[in-house]
Amino acid sequence: MPAVKETVKQVDDIGVDKYKFGWSTDLETETAPIGLTEETIRFISKKKNEPEWMLEWRLDAYQRFLSMKEPEWAKVNYPAINYNDMYFYSAPKDTDGPKSLEEVDPELLKTYDKLGIPLKEQEILSGVKSNIAVDAVFDSVSVVTTFKEKLSEEGIIFCSISEAIKDHPELVRKYLSSVIPKSDNYYSALNSAVFTDGSFVYIPPNTRCPMELSTYFRINAENTGQFERTLVIADKGSYVSYLEGCTAPQRDENQLHAAVVELVALENAEIKYSTVQNWYPGDENGVGGIYNFVTKRGDCRGKNSKISWTQVETGSAVTWKYPSCILRGDNSVGEFYSIAISNSYQQIDSGTKMVHLGKNTSSKIISKGISAGHSSNAYRGLVSSHRRAENARNFTQCDSLLIGNKCSAHTVPYIETKNSTSVFEHEATTSKISDDQIFYCGQRGINIEDAIALIVNGFCKEVLQELPMEFAVEAQKLVGISLEGSVG
Amino acid sequence: MWGKKSVMFNVSNLTVSVEDNEILKSFSLDVGPGEVHAIMGPNGSGKSTLAHVCAGKEDYTVLNGEINLNGEDLLDLEADERSTRGLFLAFQYPIEIPGVTTLTFLKSSLEAHYKANNREVLSTPDFMKLVKKKAAELNIDDSMIKRPLNVGFSGGEKKRNEILQMALLDPQICILDETDSGLDIDALRLVAEGVNNLRNEKRSFVVITHYQRLLDYIKPDFVHIMYNGKIIETGDSSLALELEKSGYNNYIK
Repeated sequence: MPAVKETVKQVDDIGVDKYKFGWSTDLETETAPIGLTEETIRFISKKKNEPEWMLEWRLDAYQRFLSMKEPEWAKVNYPAINYNDMYFYSAPKDTDGPKSLEEVDPELLKTYDKLGIPLKEQEILSGVKSNIAVDAVFDSVSVVTTFKEKLSEEGIIFCSISEAIKDHPELVRKYLSSVIPKSDNYYSALNSAVFTDGSFVYIPPNTRCPMELSTYFRINAENTGQFERTLVIADKGSYVSYLEGCTAPQRDENQLHAAVVELVALENAEIKYSTVQNWYPGDENGVGGIYNFVTKRGDCRGKNSKISWTQVETGSAVTWKYPSCILRGDNSVGEFYSIAISNSYQQIDSGTKMVHLGKNTSSKIISKGISAGHSSNAYRGLVSSHRRAENARNFTQCDSLLIGNKCSAHTVPYIETKNSTSVFEHEATTSKISDDQIFYCGQRGINIEDAIALIVNGFCKEVLQELPMEFAVEAQKLVGISLEGSVG
Repeated sequence: MWGKKSVMFNVSNLTVSVEDNEILKSFSLDVGPGEVHAIMGPNGSGKSTLAHVCAGKEDYTVLNGEINLNGEDLLDLEADERSTRGLFLAFQYPIEIPGVTTLTFLKSSLEAHYKANNREVLSTPDFMKLVKKKAAELNIDDSMIKRPLNVGFSGGEKKRNEILQMALLDPQICILDETDSGLDIDALRLVAEGVNNLRNEKRSFVVITHYQRLLDYIKPDFVHIMYNGKIIETGDSSLALELEKSGYNNYIK
């Protein structure tokens, strides 16, 4: 797959700069007035030519946001965010919405090329090999979506959420915020008020999406928050695999990213959602980096439905993220596979929630946390069963690997069961890469960086295997890179 | 007799300490191409320290001396560089790496060697062919190399795995650190045969052992008695037989 090959090549070529995406693109941008006010929201809505109902929806979310408090319970520390010192909308000028590739600013295409997403090449190669359809989001707007026509032949809708609001209002109104209510939490309320773009996917009944769908997010502009909104709906008996990749340039100031991702799986449908998150983590002294405060939740709404989250988290200065499954339909299945790597001064508080509501529901959680440098890495998870959720089944495995002696790993599992037929299992281990392992690898010619990558990849193999093939190679390399310099 | 033959690997006046304790005291050893040297000695004489320092393990302080391989001082090099220059250490206690299959480890190791020596890396099918051939010679079956490295391996499997790596990496100087420990007689024979198959006029061995019985299988050219951080007696293979009979006391003054 060319996109991945190119990415891997870039990873190989990594030079002095440890963060490979640490460049910004010079583009003329158009931004909203600074700060968060009703005016900002009206500006965004107008900019996007949204219908009146959408504006009202946003303003309602804003009112709720105003009455809420920033959560403080996570095991992360960061200075207070001043929402009035931030831009909530930034778009490359003249890009009001997705266009055909010919019309897109060549600078922008170059940017995506550098990221390893040769959009053009992908379109040209369409039909030659299995491909990935990409929706590219730059700062606040979706700039291009590939393979749209091909997908629409199958009745699949894959477009930016702004387009969906205009072209498929019935679907958006039905499903938007049906999994994550506006006032679910502080950041979801913020996102609902100011979200600027994101991807929308609808798979019609009994359709197996013929290719991987993918979104690449990139924050480019300074002092800009990115608030994307993703909504994936798998109608009865359908299947879709969705990939999400994220990068941001290197900046001294912290940038905010507060996304909301909602998944809906109806009867017999399956959604596989994979993320490789590589936002700028800050430098080795902890300066700069992305604050990643994300709400992701999937609703197994129909019987026999399945939602599977796989994530590889290597970036961001601070991560606050719990991709969850609501197992509403009988016999529904939720899965969460996670690799969370923290180095330098990164802080991660991440995990999942498996909420068992239907009968005979089952869930599986495999979490691999790797801490290095001065970082802090916490797994926080909830497994619960409703009193009517008969025969709920969960298996949880949390493994932590420590590299060096200045980092920390924490595991905070919550188990709440209200039905005596529930069977919930929890296993946890903590281990360390030993000097003897490093020496053994060295004696066989494997240098220290490669040895760590090898050992860590072995440690998280179970999760890497869950990633779509194309992503797995990239993720493996990323694992090695994120830990560079972690043993000195 | 030393001066006349060419020397491929030599340790000279090596003094090494751990936490202010001198373990090696001006230790010297010359090894010519194709030679097999056995080092015997009572516990605590510094044999394993010698093996580890040669291979570049940290936590030792080298106070004086040199370790040369083909005229290059190894002391300035990292462990992996010494390995790719052709030094191999068969561990007394091979290390476990959970989650990493033996096969993956062998591939990473071999690739690191090929890259360091500017050789073209083997394709996966060629690599598999090579491994299977070498593994069969050591009676190692496929299921073993698919398991995580050394995890749950028996003593015999671990040591055979060490010899398999030795065979793959094609080293010039092999140091065997008590490879016979923990082996039953059949496993010992298998491992010794593996080593013997690797003997040739260029490759040299330093065999560290407590017991004569390994030397029944791997015939040494020289036997050294090590005591208190240096060699106190050198002879041919008959020295080992004598030791077996009378113990170290006759040599320790």
